[in-house]
Amino acid sequence: MTTTLYTSDHEWLAIDGDTATVGITDYAQQQLGDVVFVELPKIGRSLKKAEAAAVVESVKAASDVYAPISGDVIETNEALAAEPALVNSDAQGAAWFFKIKIADKSELGGLMDEAAYKAHTA
Amino acid sequence: MLAHNQDSLKRTPLYSLHVSLGGKMVPFAGYDMPVQYPAGVLKEHLHARAAAGLFDVSHMGQIALRPKSGKLADAARALERLVPQDIVAIAEGRQRYAQFTNADGGILDDLMVANFGDHLFLVVNAACKDADEAHLRANLSGECIIEQLADRALIALQGPKAEAVLGKLCAEAPAMKFMDAGPHEIAGIKCFVSRSGYTGEDGFEISVPAGDAERLARMLLDNPDVLPIGLGARDSLRLEAGLCLYGHDIDTATTPVEAALEWSVQKSRRSGGARAGGFPGAETILAHFDGGASRRRVGLRAEGRAPVREGALLFADSAGGEPIGKVTSGGFGPSLSAPVAMGYVPTNLSALGTKLFAEVRGQRLAVQVAAMPFVKNTYKR
Repeated sequence: MTTTLYTSDHEWLAIDGDTATVGITDYAQQQLGDVVFVELPKIGRSLKKAEAAAVVESVKAASDVYAPISGDVIETNEALAAEPALVNSDAQGAAWFFKIKIADKSELGGLMDEAAYKAHTA
Repeated sequence: MLAHNQDSLKRTPLYSLHVSLGGKMVPFAGYDMPVQYPAGVLKEHLHARAAAGLFDVSHMGQIALRPKSGKLADAARALERLVPQDIVAIAEGRQRYAQFTNADGGILDDLMVANFGDHLFLVVNAACKDADEAHLRANLSGECIIEQLADRALIALQGPKAEAVLGKLCAEAPAMKFMDAGPHEIAGIKCFVSRSGYTGEDGFEISVPAGDAERLARMLLDNPDVLPIGLGARDSLRLEAGLCLYGHDIDTATTPVEAALEWSVQKSRRSGGARAGGFPGAETILAHFDGGASRRRVGLRAEGRAPVREGALLFADSAGGEPIGKVTSGGFGPSLSAPVAMGYVPTNLSALGTKLFAEVRGQRLAVQVAAMPFVKNTYKR
């Protein structure tokens, strides 16, 4: 059973046990426009909540993707290196960025559910 | 504060057209301008290279310089006091790229100068246009009547289909050659048309009375080969074409020689020429021509896929050492599907193929000095 949560910076997290899969929201990809490059964190990197974890670049600009919660990076989506445009076509599915092992479940409390995120972007 | 700034933004005569086309409006040089339309920067860029794109560049300044004597050569000679170009030699119906220089040899603005027979027609950058007008008034009022043509819009039509598109509305357009410029009627509207642009593609720039601008733009957009193009793709197109953006790649601290714009300074204004010097900063600029400048604007191609953007520091080595230069424009080139950039490096590191490193997010990425334009231009000479 996975639960999807959101940040005010437009990242999504799918929580499955003590693993979180992280990406950027469909709203975020629409704002960015055509994605041409994605830089992912190294596997094993220990991320602190709110630190810059990845970079997503459109033709026009580079934007940071922040770690929504703390944890170690256990997997990254190599498909994005070859096909950055996946972020535009399937932001909340195939274009996930990285998976982390959740360090502190209490950090999930500060995140939004889908209804709250919808209100945030309305 | 934000609301106030947006209220004070100026609008071009095509503002309501942009909004009706779904343009995403952003502040640029004091104007509310479309950065992109629903197609997006990437598709707009590729469409301008494959078919034709329509750009609103009405924010740019259009200035008429009329000789008080009635003799155009008097206005041309007067303007030569402010630019290192040969203005006297511009034939009627022709246009030339120029720069206003300052006393240090730096560039105050870059511009186009056209000979329209009884007057010179100047197109200058939006952010500089009021300063340029004041500069012209302060220096040329003895010989010239200076008029900023605020009641005109400026539309660029660029791309391989531009000739066919404009040819349907203006029978004379297809016969024009690169940098031809003059008055032409387009669908009965009295315009000034030049065969030039800022994309590296063949195309036209059309000065049109403000009241007719939207009608003309809609007629051009009615052609299925034409898409509206925003400022985002305008920037990536000019970057691939190796063209300078004022305030980024050239400014008051760069001379035309450092900026690799020697081609734009005719022999008549260089040392030994018929009218050598006589423009602001001539001593410095001619010294750069004669003895070389210590740095130079070059093109840069990255080895990886990460875009190297404006402000990135350049290094000679993969670790250590002081920065040797800086990127002044950079991003992703949609036509090349690869990063492209330009920047300033010491002249001894400016040869094609020189391997350098650009610092991006704390990492030094391998880049190479590369020939510009990055994408071959297709001007009709």
